[in-house]
Amino acid sequence: MINVNEILQTIEMVKSQHLDIRTVTMGISLFDSISDNPKKTAQKVYDKVVSSAGKLKETAEVLSARYGLPIVNKRVSVTPVSLVGASSGGYVPIANALDRAAKEIGIDFIGGYTALVQKGMTEYERALIMSLPEVLSTTDRVCASVNIGSTKAGINMDAVALMGEIILKISEATRDRNSVGCTKLVVFANAVEDNPFMAGAFNGCGENDRVINVGISGPGVIKSALEEVRGADFSAVAETIKKTAFKITRAGQLIAMEAVKMLGAHFGIVDLSLAPTPKRGDSVARILEEMGLEVVGAHGTTAALALLNDAVKKGGVMATSYAGGLSGAFIPVSEDEGMIEAVNCGALSLEKLEAMTAVCSVGLDMIAVSGDTPASTLAAIIADEAAIGVVNNKTTAVRIIPVAGKTEGFVEYGGLFGTAPIMKTSPFSSADFIKRGGRIPAPIHSNKN
Amino acid sequence: MRAVISVIGKDKKGIIAKVSNCLYGVNANIEDISQTIMGELFTMIMMVDLKESSADISQLNDLLQQIALEMKVEIRVRNEEIFTIMHKI
Repeated sequence: MINVNEILQTIEMVKSQHLDIRTVTMGISLFDSISDNPKKTAQKVYDKVVSSAGKLKETAEVLSARYGLPIVNKRVSVTPVSLVGASSGGYVPIANALDRAAKEIGIDFIGGYTALVQKGMTEYERALIMSLPEVLSTTDRVCASVNIGSTKAGINMDAVALMGEIILKISEATRDRNSVGCTKLVVFANAVEDNPFMAGAFNGCGENDRVINVGISGPGVIKSALEEVRGADFSAVAETIKKTAFKITRAGQLIAMEAVKMLGAHFGIVDLSLAPTPKRGDSVARILEEMGLEVVGAHGTTAALALLNDAVKKGGVMATSYAGGLSGAFIPVSEDEGMIEAVNCGALSLEKLEAMTAVCSVGLDMIAVSGDTPASTLAAIIADEAAIGVVNNKTTAVRIIPVAGKTEGFVEYGGLFGTAPIMKTSPFSSADFIKRGGRIPAPIHSNKN
Repeated sequence: MRAVISVIGKDKKGIIAKVSNCLYGVNANIEDISQTIMGELFTMIMMVDLKESSADISQLNDLLQQIALEMKVEIRVRNEEIFTIMHKI
């Protein structure tokens, strides 16, 4: 029998600590939508998404009411579109079909406008990447990602250089909306195939059709739990985070199981990520500060984040049979009010964020920089992040927004994307480094066989 | 199936009576009641068995929301499973 204190604890988590299920994402295989004709492929893609995920929104709403737990986002991820359209071509019509399907079924975002080019880039993958400025400026809900490196393959520096240029073009194409197109593109190293979070979600080639992946959340819950152990040593901090992560993850596991039953889908994974939102009390930065840092970004921040990330996983894996996706703490700057404040007061720089990404998921996320940042600098930022991921056997990503026409100040995106302070990049050039091209070889420890 | 009803708000005469009456009306059995103060708010927790009830959880929720509106309190009804799964290994 559950006791009243446990009931009250859960109620308080939802009521005042922003406990929610961040996303229920359905992965859909589009391999059966491939055809030799662009129009036909687009139509098949639309039909497949609408027929597979037509009830996703309604199901999430029923579950949310039944358990009294908000489910913030309902999303769909699909097979990398570069593969789906390889035979027919016509990537833009496929993107439009995805956008229309997402609107028809009432989901927030649809991810998978994706190319995996970590080792080499085929002509059709290049075509998808070249279409990104048009697609991300003319669709509303389509999210894109490009994997440019992996521990097994090394880093495709031709793709890295190209992404620097493409990001600037997307920025320009959405100049009238603060370059919002860039918020819908993630450049990955070691991308995972079962990620439920946007903008980087896609349904990998080894994944099932109609598979439910759930992303949990709850930075506010962890922060509140840590308030109870102020001044205690780090074993108490780690224990508290573990226990709390267990509870949060169990809620995600329950929602995933029930969604699978109601939708007749397959169980994928529960992603143990702590995802902040711009709301006060829903911040990862504030957890790190609760551990004793005056402001996030102060020396000690990387160690604090490493502890947090590890303890969340240890608590989470006990609570679900299938942990997966990105599983770690997110540190998107514009989506976390604590991070924004830390940048404002000069405590948090791009360099410190880069160090932090070595110990957490995922990478430099939602970072606004000056619109006049050269493509080669953007590419070099991507290369640095990829190196951290490739060498450390982890996923890293870059979602960077060179804001066209702006060099300093703030950019307001609203909703979950929040407010992005424009951060300083190095004024020194990486152009000759990026110009070399080719591939950085895989690290020695990738040869495990 | 069992549900947990939580009522949170300023203490007012008749809250328990109204909720109990509503539950009686749909033949739901109250198994346990407790009251406490959370922050500055009156909090009542009821464990309810809906096995023989004429209302399912969403219909019951609709009825309770009318009381919530009238009494200016927050009433939530949740499937018991969410609490069990979060707090028991």
